[in-house]
Amino acid sequence: MSVLVLAQHDNRTLDKATLHTVAAAARLPGPIHVLVAGHDCGAVAEAAAALEGVAEVLRVEHPAYADPLAEDLAALLVSMAADYDHLLAPATTFGKNVMPRVAALLDVAQVSDVVEILGPDTFKRYIYAGNALATVRSRDARRVLTVRTTAFPPAGSGAGRAEIATVAAVEPTGLSTFLGREVAKRERPELTSARIVVSGGRGLGSGENFKLLEELADVLGAAVGASRAAVDAGFVPNDYQVGQTGKIVAPELYVAVGISGAIQHLAGMKDSKVIVAINKDEEAPIFQIADYGIVGDLFKIVPELTAELRRARG
Amino acid sequence: MRVLVPVKRVVDYNVKIRVKADQSGVDITGAKMSMNPFDEIATEEAIRLKERGVASEIVAVSMGEAKCQETLRTALAMGADRAILVETSAELQPLAVAKLLKAIVAREQPGLVLMGKQAIDDDSNQTAQMLAGLLGWPQATFASRIEIADGAATVAREVDEGIETIRVRLPAVVSVDLRLNEPRYASLPNIMKAKKKPLDVLTPETLGVDPAPRLEYLRVEEPPKRKAGVKVGSVQELVAKLKSEAGVI
Ligand SMILES: Cc1cc2nc3c(=O)[nH]c(=O)nc-3n(C[C@H](O)[C@H](O)[C@H](O)COP(=O)(O)OP(=O)(O)OC[C@H]3O[C@@H](n4cnc5c(N)ncnc54)[C@H](O)[C@@H]3O)c2cc1C
Repeated sequence: MSVLVLAQHDNRTLDKATLHTVAAAARLPGPIHVLVAGHDCGAVAEAAAALEGVAEVLRVEHPAYADPLAEDLAALLVSMAADYDHLLAPATTFGKNVMPRVAALLDVAQVSDVVEILGPDTFKRYIYAGNALATVRSRDARRVLTVRTTAFPPAGSGAGRAEIATVAAVEPTGLSTFLGREVAKRERPELTSARIVVSGGRGLGSGENFKLLEELADVLGAAVGASRAAVDAGFVPNDYQVGQTGKIVAPELYVAVGISGAIQHLAGMKDSKVIVAINKDEEAPIFQIADYGIVGDLFKIVPELTAELRRARG
Repeated sequence: MRVLVPVKRVVDYNVKIRVKADQSGVDITGAKMSMNPFDEIATEEAIRLKERGVASEIVAVSMGEAKCQETLRTALAMGADRAILVETSAELQPLAVAKLLKAIVAREQPGLVLMGKQAIDDDSNQTAQMLAGLLGWPQATFASRIEIADGAATVAREVDEGIETIRVRLPAVVSVDLRLNEPRYASLPNIMKAKKKPLDVLTPETLGVDPAPRLEYLRVEEPPKRKAGVKVGSVQELVAKLKSEAGVI
């Protein structure tokens, strides 16, 4: 029996989340197959075939998979499921959208956001906004998992030489129609894979003031994130949100600016290697988990920090 | 159009839960319980659809112990028309909830099921997608805007890359995200009125669903704790420490 990984991609490049998912799949018994469903997605199939640990790539072409809908991808996965003990996808909005539908159609439970694989049927995952770590055992014959990408190092790429097989598409259901996607173009690294993240909260006071953080991010080569309060207030778009119900990040360095440190925010960043907090309230809970804290006005400290880093760089 | 809104009773988001010493689970005795915040957003959206004349009736559904009636009364006080409790002491996991909801959908024939994207206790983010799959209905998850016209819903979805827009034929299952709306508070007169609104009690047996859990919780642990760090007096000191001590820049 084998493991099937659903690849996340945009028809041109394989998303890094898939590399982490393949690494998780390597902890399970059996060869790893990667499903690349897309339109004109040959380059993605090649990239998947070069991943370390991948035994076979299944490429499925259909115009409907250019911007795939959960209904269609789920039908495709279900049609292939009989050959697999485990079906995996990253716990991104892409994977979270598709996999529970697959699990229900297979009449099995899904284990969401897996952070550790203890055996073929036993997994660890966080509950209660990261305040408890549960070990769960699946009693089902087939296991559907989504994988927390920050919990598994990425599979090496370039070493593998997997076969690429072509598989027939399943006729689209026609239940839904993709209308469009607004993707902000950003020069900075992507939030979930950045080595350094600088995040702002309500303390920033406005979207305009996020410029201060962007300047800091630029000297650090960092991605910019935010708390829910900053997103709700319209300072920055929704895809900046770090936390229990936003993105999970675990960079080498996380700088929290004007963020109080609510448990819902901590759930998304407390696995960062080093945490820095800048907050004018010395009682702010963020200081309880920060490695380095500066108490003071961010409008003074952030520009100073940016200047100091520039100076240090020379 | 009838709108079905499932609501879950959970430990309030402000409560810091404790893990039981014997690792058998989470100690929630005496903890403040509330409606799952995402379900409040779903309830609010259903009410707004009714206020705009798009929805004709809102049915709130909850599952679990008799105490879930409180959560249903909250939904009724916000503006739902009637409520259904599927009463059981069984541990309910997402697949079982989806099956129970499917059985309720068969009885109620809603045109739309509006529900939270995630419950803040088990953080699974599964039930809406599972229900849509079991029903063979379209799904629109993580909604931040919903427009209904001509037998379809146009839904803006919060995805990792930004915002994606899809159109789903009705009937459909839509799961809601944080930015969809800001839920109202129930007024005192409405809380009083809610006490008289109809609340039916069913059981998994009457619905013909086996709710047995598929996942066994072997152990629940305290997560690894971070050591408290130090406060530094200046940005110079911070940069020096990040360089030499932490080695991250
Ligand atoms: C269902 C649900 C899901 C949630 N999901 C998330 C999530 O995924 N992510 C998330 O982040 N939150 C989430 N939250 C919200 C969370 O509970 C907090 O409300 C939120 O994280 C607070 O954001 P904040 O720290 O920016 O704002 P606040 O708590 O208001 O903190 C602002 C901080 O800025 C500081 N400050 C203000 N001015 C200055 C200044 N000039 N200089 C320095 N410091 C200053 C203040 O001292 C304060 O500590 C969720 C809540 C719920 C109910």
